[in-house]
Amino acid sequence: METVDKKFTLQVPSSTENLALIREFVSSAAKQAGFDEKEVGRLELAVDEACANVIEHAYGQDVSKEVIVRARLDENEFSIDIEDTGKGFDPASVNQEELEQLINKRKTGGLGMRLMKTLMDEVRYEIEPGKKNALHMSKRLKKD
Amino acid sequence: MPNPFSISSATEDDFAVIKLDGAVDAHTAPQFEEAVQKVIDDGQNNIVVDCEKLSYISSAGLGVFMGFVEEVREADGDIKICGLSEKVKQPFEILGFESLFHFCPDVASAKEKFSEVTNWEDAY
Repeated sequence: METVDKKFTLQVPSSTENLALIREFVSSAAKQAGFDEKEVGRLELAVDEACANVIEHAYGQDVSKEVIVRARLDENEFSIDIEDTGKGFDPASVNQEELEQLINKRKTGGLGMRLMKTLMDEVRYEIEPGKKNALHMSKRLKKD
Repeated sequence: MPNPFSISSATEDDFAVIKLDGAVDAHTAPQFEEAVQKVIDDGQNNIVVDCEKLSYISSAGLGVFMGFVEEVREADGDIKICGLSEKVKQPFEILGFESLFHFCPDVASAKEKFSEVTNWEDAY
């Protein structure tokens, strides 16, 4: 049977105030993909973490910038693309210390990326300094 | 889009109970952080965070627990987490909080847990 890809796009000012709206958008799209409530929650969290990083780090809370979230559903997977033109970073440099060490040093960094990598099947960054930063994440659909 | 969130703190017996209601994300976590800081500044290091009405938490909120727990343990206190629903518990579990924090079903059992001596140094 021929299937049609579904695409959803949300564009909001770069403010943490809009994270609730972003989660609602992801939740609606993920429900259409047939994910159960627990999985929808996991997808919301992964996208929230990614967008919070863009808002706080890439754009440094500059509300004149915009965060664009693209969700795509095809017969195999649910994917999310988030692009920004803000400050890039080296994903390999993100703190991956154990939680115990972070607490000991009173550091909290790197938790968001750790969550994203656990929650999603694929997390891939493409950083072009000064031009564009793109994050692609996907979750495979469960087949009956 | 409203981001319904409220927080309240009360000192009961010899404990501070901080109640979270709604979603703790990067937008609302600073309010949570302020509330914990105020409790500590007021001299209370036995802190129960009541999550019964917490609907969502991201790493910004989890970072608040991590940022203060060492400080209160050094002062012979602790932060106990209670009332988490299965859904909201997910990020805590993914990051391994269960080996580093006490999770309790409700405020009363969290208060009781303070009478137990835990050597958190062994966990680090």
